[in-house]
Amino acid sequence: MSKSYTYPEFPYRQSDAQREGRVERHPLVVIGAGPIGLSVALDCAQRGIPVLLLDDNNTVSVGSRAVCYAKRPLEIWDRLGVAAPLVDKGVRWHVGKVFLEDELIYRFDLLPEGGHKMPAMINLQQYYVEQTLVDACEAHPQITIGWKHKLVALAQQADHAQLTVQTPDGRYQLLADWVIACDGANSDTRRMVGANFTGQFFEDRFLIADVVLKAPPQPAQGAQRLGSEPERWFWFDPPFHRGQSVLLHKQCDDVWRIDFQLGRDADPEAEKRPERVIPRIQAMLGPELPFELEWVSVYQFACRRIDNFRYGRVIFAGDAAHQVSPFGARGANTGIQDVDNLGWKLKLVLDGSAPEALIDSFHEERAFAADDNLLNSTRSTDFISPKSPASLRLRNAVLELASDQPFARPLINSGRLSTPTPYLHSSLNTPDEEPFSGPMKPGTNCADAPLRRRGRKVWLLDLLNAVQGPAGGFTLLVFGPRLANPVVSAGGVKARVLSVSDEIEDAEGLLAQRYDAKPGTVYLIRPDQHVAARWRGFDTARIQAALRRCTATH
Amino acid sequence: MPLNREPNIADPDGFYQELIESQRELSDQQADMLSAKLVLILANHVGDREVLREAIALARANTLAHAAAAQ
Repeated sequence: MSKSYTYPEFPYRQSDAQREGRVERHPLVVIGAGPIGLSVALDCAQRGIPVLLLDDNNTVSVGSRAVCYAKRPLEIWDRLGVAAPLVDKGVRWHVGKVFLEDELIYRFDLLPEGGHKMPAMINLQQYYVEQTLVDACEAHPQITIGWKHKLVALAQQADHAQLTVQTPDGRYQLLADWVIACDGANSDTRRMVGANFTGQFFEDRFLIADVVLKAPPQPAQGAQRLGSEPERWFWFDPPFHRGQSVLLHKQCDDVWRIDFQLGRDADPEAEKRPERVIPRIQAMLGPELPFELEWVSVYQFACRRIDNFRYGRVIFAGDAAHQVSPFGARGANTGIQDVDNLGWKLKLVLDGSAPEALIDSFHEERAFAADDNLLNSTRSTDFISPKSPASLRLRNAVLELASDQPFARPLINSGRLSTPTPYLHSSLNTPDEEPFSGPMKPGTNCADAPLRRRGRKVWLLDLLNAVQGPAGGFTLLVFGPRLANPVVSAGGVKARVLSVSDEIEDAEGLLAQRYDAKPGTVYLIRPDQHVAARWRGFDTARIQAALRRCTATH
Repeated sequence: MPLNREPNIADPDGFYQELIESQRELSDQQADMLSAKLVLILANHVGDREVLREAIALARANTLAHAAAAQ
């Protein structure tokens, strides 16, 4: 089907346990080798947890599916050591344009400030992301991937789960201290634990067409509808697709993603046929432009989330826990942030350094983020796909006004793009006791900033990773000279000091500006690079109290 | 500042005439579109989310009350 990509076939191997009829107990079993399952396996393995990753298939995502990856997930993948090939391969973009008919009525820029290592957004086919992650997982000695291993039954005990797995060699049993279910929106694991997955369904159907252009587009061939720079282009009511919306993204290998709104009455089977799809694309790009259809899909969507991210020893992440509309690139991006939130908590609990209550904070923080994503996603959908003639009239009133009245432009919602949701109300945060200004409140992910170490440019997030090491830990970001005691401990949890002074220099002043730092300011930073607490001075007792609070150790 | 529910328009008859005049020679569909735009223009002028919330709630409650009374 695909013209630009050859799908790998990963080898099925029967496990020794199945062959020998042994019931093995694993600290962690991950269900589903999509972007979220692969990332969580990598994160946990790097922290020292042996991982068994099971997938019912033996290849990567068929079709490009999730294509937009935002700065924060790229930063997380950078911590996991896999961002560089993705950023190299991906198409960078930061400008979005909205058209009414063929007229540009709104423009946004995702990265108005410099001084971040990672770009605002890249577009990359999901199969490339998965292949990069599979390579990293296969290379990791702590990860075993079981391809063609399908979870068919799950029973919970007090301190573990019993899994029945189907392979080409039949069924076998295994035990897991913890299970992370990343088996997608139609998660079987979710059904096995009896979780509710409720929300709102949308009736509109959409057509995804991935198109490979064989030659560089010429303006006479409709290339004004492709753009010379990679940007996100969104049309309301364009002349080539009347009464509906169209979304365009550029991916790598000269693949373009075109998303046509079809309305409620479209026949999904008929709309997938090339004789229906090709005229739609020709109407957009002009009849002369040569292209090949790479992948076509007709979809409907829902905005819903699981009632609890944890059921006993089973934890849900990614689409298995929350499903959003595609407008805003919130699916995979928020799933990777689930991974970021979970790995360090699981490690501390497995090590006995924190109580199981720390795992419950995964639900607290990520359900809060999921609700924020669902809210944004639902709002975008209500604008793009109005539910009634009266809503459609209001929507069109906004669009018509916006074409010459700037005040109406911020009301246009063609999908607000994914940004991290700060955990501002998390029980793990220690509230400020001293005045701070700016956005780096407790519960917020750390903004990157350029620094200099012995004259060479380095990035804050890289330094945090280096201080913490691959196993991860807490960091004390101290603005001022190095301290005699570079580690603060509370129970089994350590925080290592990173001093910003003469050796590591905030040459451009961006770090101090972004963190509202003065000499003596101290930030306690979690293993997932979120702010846990901050003070205007170094006080060991207060740091220890904040560490206990942030590990649910009261 | 709460929503002003006191009469606040000087020359109410003149204002109402202008409002009606704005619909002259428009189809019902165009007139509905005009009303929608007027809401957006005035909402942006007010800006205050509390005032807007109160105004939206008043319009909805009043509509539902009259719809119920008509049944």
